[in-house]
Amino acid sequence: MNVDVLEDERQHHFVLNMGPQHPSTHGVLRVLLKMEGEYVLEAQPVLGYVHRCHERIGEFKPAKSFMPNTARMDYLGALIYNQGYAMLLERAAGIEVPQRAEYIRVITSELNRIQSHLLWYGAYLLDLGAFTPIMYTFDDREHILDILEDVCGSRLTYCYSRVGGVCKDIDDKFIERTRTFIERLRGRFPMYEELVNGNVILQKRMKTVGHYTPEMCARYGVTGPLLRSTGVAYDLRKAEPYSVYPEFDFEVPLEQDGDAWAAFNVRYREIEQSLRIIEQALDKLPEGEVMASKVPKKLKLPQGDYNCSVEAPRGELSYYLVSDGSDIPYRIKVRTPSYSNLSVVPELCKGMLISDVVTSMGGLDLVIPEIDR
Amino acid sequence: MQTLNSYAPEIIRIVIAVVGATVLVFGNALVMGYMERKLAGHFQRRTGPMEVGFHGILQLVIDGIKLMSKQLVIPAKADKPLYMLAPIVSFGPVFLPLLVIPFSDRIQAFDLDVGLLFILAIAAINVLAILVAGWASNNKYSMFGAFRAVAQNVAYEIPMLLSLLAIVFMTNTFSLRGIVEAQNVWFIVLQPVAFLIYLVCMVAETNRAPFDLPEAESELTAGFLTEYGGMGFSLFMMAEYTNMFIVCSIATVFFLGGTSGIPLPYFEYTGIIWFLLKVYLLMFFLVWIRWTYPRTRFDQLMNLCWKYLLPFSLVNLLITAVVVKL
Repeated sequence: MNVDVLEDERQHHFVLNMGPQHPSTHGVLRVLLKMEGEYVLEAQPVLGYVHRCHERIGEFKPAKSFMPNTARMDYLGALIYNQGYAMLLERAAGIEVPQRAEYIRVITSELNRIQSHLLWYGAYLLDLGAFTPIMYTFDDREHILDILEDVCGSRLTYCYSRVGGVCKDIDDKFIERTRTFIERLRGRFPMYEELVNGNVILQKRMKTVGHYTPEMCARYGVTGPLLRSTGVAYDLRKAEPYSVYPEFDFEVPLEQDGDAWAAFNVRYREIEQSLRIIEQALDKLPEGEVMASKVPKKLKLPQGDYNCSVEAPRGELSYYLVSDGSDIPYRIKVRTPSYSNLSVVPELCKGMLISDVVTSMGGLDLVIPEIDR
Repeated sequence: MQTLNSYAPEIIRIVIAVVGATVLVFGNALVMGYMERKLAGHFQRRTGPMEVGFHGILQLVIDGIKLMSKQLVIPAKADKPLYMLAPIVSFGPVFLPLLVIPFSDRIQAFDLDVGLLFILAIAAINVLAILVAGWASNNKYSMFGAFRAVAQNVAYEIPMLLSLLAIVFMTNTFSLRGIVEAQNVWFIVLQPVAFLIYLVCMVAETNRAPFDLPEAESELTAGFLTEYGGMGFSLFMMAEYTNMFIVCSIATVFFLGGTSGIPLPYFEYTGIIWFLLKVYLLMFFLVWIRWTYPRTRFDQLMNLCWKYLLPFSLVNLLITAVVVKL
């Protein structure tokens, strides 16, 4: 705890300890708020409650075996984390991935992204005091989890990608169920828009709250929907296309205002774009193998350092790996989006009402294990 | 109960009134608790309580036993006497307003000349209880909740009273029975603006969503209730449910014609059926909006009161006064 903060406690301001057990921090994040009345003078996030040393663990086992750890960093974007790490190793070892595997990775990743956004949508509204929408989004999300469970074997912390492809092929049932789900979710959008997005109370809570600028985002490394809500069209799927994303026709939702309402809309509209990608991927899905044939059992990466970035639900995810030539990496560094996004809080929350702090923090869509990895 | 007046001694009337009020308070808490949970369930595509009894109908009884048997935990640095006193101050007075409400032509304990003022005066004590609870808990979240509750309730009492005063101007009486009897046409038709203002104030007065800022869960964990568990908590909850019943009863008396409805045999007693039906329809409305809307922000809540409700209720009162005078 900051000494200045303690000093202020003795004077006339007081410190509110929001978290680590607080309904709106969604996990074990702790934020110290220096308050005057209902106004926040200073906000200071305190991290480290669920640190599990994932990066350090990566230095002690073969590079391939680190795959399950990636899923446990961001439990809502596990497939995307899998994909990013697999791509990193493939890039390092120079392994070609079959087209079908790339398509399957994209389909499952986008399903995962929708699932993450649906959970955020419900949880965010819960923060704003609307209890009901989360039940509806969980209902939709449940369908995705069921679909992914059939092909990946787990519901949350997937380990589906392998170096050189994916571990299991998808079948006709998967394709059929995914198509049914797309229909279903499209049918639900009008309900969400009428019941939630059009609500005056909700719009008043979010508009003009928490102002981001492109300059501020650049200073803190804020990426993802928050950056796109300021009018910067930076989506790695378009900016540095990876996998088979260039083959699909989709838009990057953009807003100009940079407030909580803009970020809300960007995320909400991304769900529809992900549906479009899945639809096209299912149509174009090629036949063939899902695993590259020549993947060595003991994967020795050539000496050097490697980097790979993908677009996670919350922003840019980067893996950085330094190899000394053996099968065990010398160092793995993961740049997770929530960590950078959280660093904006002290500046963002200055002078806000406590209700707006909750709104802003919910808009960041934080996943705590990803911050404390 | 007034019929009893001629041949029953005063003491028996008092006993009947007290027993009736007590049954109503606890019965209403059971009905409302069950209704709220069941309705919330169905709004959220769940079933709500299903285990205890037919469709979970005994769930609230079990909950009551659980709450009563829980250990009373008092926070170490709390102000102990005040901490214990607050739930009682909140729950104690809720019986009194029930005595002047005309449930039917003959079911009313006392018909006070100043019935409305009596109810509003008693209802204001609840604010004091919340303030004491927030202060005595020695918790920052509780304190926030208490301050918000006081600011909110004091602000909303004014437009509430002004909207009701419009009716009083028309009927020339504060007596609740007098107001019911004066309604040839329900006053919701003659005073729609007053009704809308009252409806909004009613939600704010009972601290229910979307105006549940004193216990805003996602901001203040549970507001002034944070440190209360077991019996203290259940007393606050029962007080809240009874307050809901009282504000809905006032709405029924003032705007929805009280007992009026399709005549039934022995209407001077059976009018209570229509009365309760209207009250619980309003309660359903309260539950409905709670599980539909997000919470407002505190400054927006105060703006709504001071910038819209108060001027509109004043204008409404002025127009009513002019029309009545003509």
